[in-house]
Amino acid sequence: MAPNTAPRATETRLSDAYLAQIKSKRLMNFIMLVLFLALLASGFYTADSRNAGGFWDGLGNIFDFPAAMFGEAIERAYLMPAHLIRYIPSLIETINIAAASTLIGAMLGLVMSLLVTRGLAPIPWLVGPLRRILDILRAVPEIVIALVLIFMLGGGPVPAMIAIALHTVGAIGKLFSEVNENASLKPVEGLASVGANWTQRMWLGVIPQVAPNYLSYALLRFEINIRASAILGFVGAGGIGYDLRNTMSWGNGKYDEAAAIFILLFLTIVVVDQLSSLLRNRLTHGTPMTEVTS
Amino acid sequence: MLRFDNITKTFGANTAVKAASFVVDKPMMIGIIGRSGAGKSTLLRILNKLTDSTSGEITFDGLSVTDLRGAAKRNWQSQCAMIFQQFNLVPRMDVVSNVLHGTLNRRSTMSTMFNLYPDEDIHSAIDILERLGIAEHAPKRAEALSGGQQQRVAIARALMQDPRIILADEPIASLDPMNAQVVMQSLRDIHEQDNRMVIANLHTLDTARRYCDRVIGMRDGKIVFDGTPEQLTTGAARDIYGADASFSEATTSTQIETTEPGNKLLADIAAH
Repeated sequence: MAPNTAPRATETRLSDAYLAQIKSKRLMNFIMLVLFLALLASGFYTADSRNAGGFWDGLGNIFDFPAAMFGEAIERAYLMPAHLIRYIPSLIETINIAAASTLIGAMLGLVMSLLVTRGLAPIPWLVGPLRRILDILRAVPEIVIALVLIFMLGGGPVPAMIAIALHTVGAIGKLFSEVNENASLKPVEGLASVGANWTQRMWLGVIPQVAPNYLSYALLRFEINIRASAILGFVGAGGIGYDLRNTMSWGNGKYDEAAAIFILLFLTIVVVDQLSSLLRNRLTHGTPMTEVTS
Repeated sequence: MLRFDNITKTFGANTAVKAASFVVDKPMMIGIIGRSGAGKSTLLRILNKLTDSTSGEITFDGLSVTDLRGAAKRNWQSQCAMIFQQFNLVPRMDVVSNVLHGTLNRRSTMSTMFNLYPDEDIHSAIDILERLGIAEHAPKRAEALSGGQQQRVAIARALMQDPRIILADEPIASLDPMNAQVVMQSLRDIHEQDNRMVIANLHTLDTARRYCDRVIGMRDGKIVFDGTPEQLTTGAARDIYGADASFSEATTSTQIETTEPGNKLLADIAAH
């Protein structure tokens, strides 16, 4: 018996120590939770007291706009098809702005991403400065660039397109370079060993590997850019955002048109999302045609 | 023809290759043997210019390889093909495209981007695949092939370069013994039929003995043996591997008993 008691004693001591450790951890977690809730509440009251209208007084009004919109839309549902058709040209303009800026932004962003990926960059000392440029492009909101450009170039779709494209370069450049970091360097080395130049190595060694990820990020960006281009309509860039501002600011009696615009935007986002997953699947698993030939 | 003169490569405090010197005066098949980390890979990578040497000089037919930069360097790489342990193909592209990558140094960036390879290059790519017995896999993606087949695609890419030298960095280390023999036999055939110089890093003594005209042994970055396979006695091998008397060659062997039916089977595999 004697040899068995000694290990059991250490066992109890170990479990006691472990339990004590767990208990102190739980206590710490509880204190942190209380602290977090207290800070949240106090922050909220500070914000509320500085608010012009007061949060609680305004709370009831939040649902007034959706209620009015749904009410009018249902009341004049027979007008809806005509509204939907009327706003399709502006929707196409908005989508065009988004598509052009995504395309231009993604192409420039792709080049930038390869220039700022360590291990692939042709000029290593340029990686840092170029990354800071991407940071700046991402940090400046589209609407600020658009306002400056509209002031210089006048209203219209082109300033909006440039503004969104610049922001897209910053965002895509960073996302793509993270994708590039996960690319296998073996094909790149293989191509380097045959004497391929940098562009050839990137084009054949890196891009085919990561193209599905590129595409899914670019399509995600396209969705974001549709919303951005709709918002830029508010500041005079044309497209469906301009119509949305008008219908909303004309007030009661026009809300069914606003509802039609929201429906169009919603459908567009859904379609782009579905298209994106379809294309992505095809790129990762190969088209049905190549399956047959192989 | 090829001259290594005091080639040294250091990575920080570590020396991967110490003052390696040797001369090759005619195209032959050379095997480099040694333990892992003996500097075999580094030596080949320096010759292909994937890695720059710290000091020393390599000359090939009077051309100083070590000083080449930019386009001249890439031109040298196109004459000095390399085969890797992990094949280093582009997995998502088809086999013929991977073979055509051997011509990239001659192609402009624009024609590469639009995939414009001349018809005669495509024909010769398929001829090379036929020679290596994998022509029927031509339209498949490289990733769909087995390891042995992928390594033969890599050899086809090397041949497509029409190189003066073929370097092989552990070409059979990730293959099963059967495929290993097919790949080594292909390299031997290339040397014998095309009279190209082949330098292969090998991790088994018997492969070096069986296929090579000359064996170079490396230990801790230094060349400690340089001679014919006949001169490579068990004592010399122990010295290369830093092993004691318990070292037996059988432990490093991957050779298959080659009987007459076995050879026929190999020929069949090579043909398919």
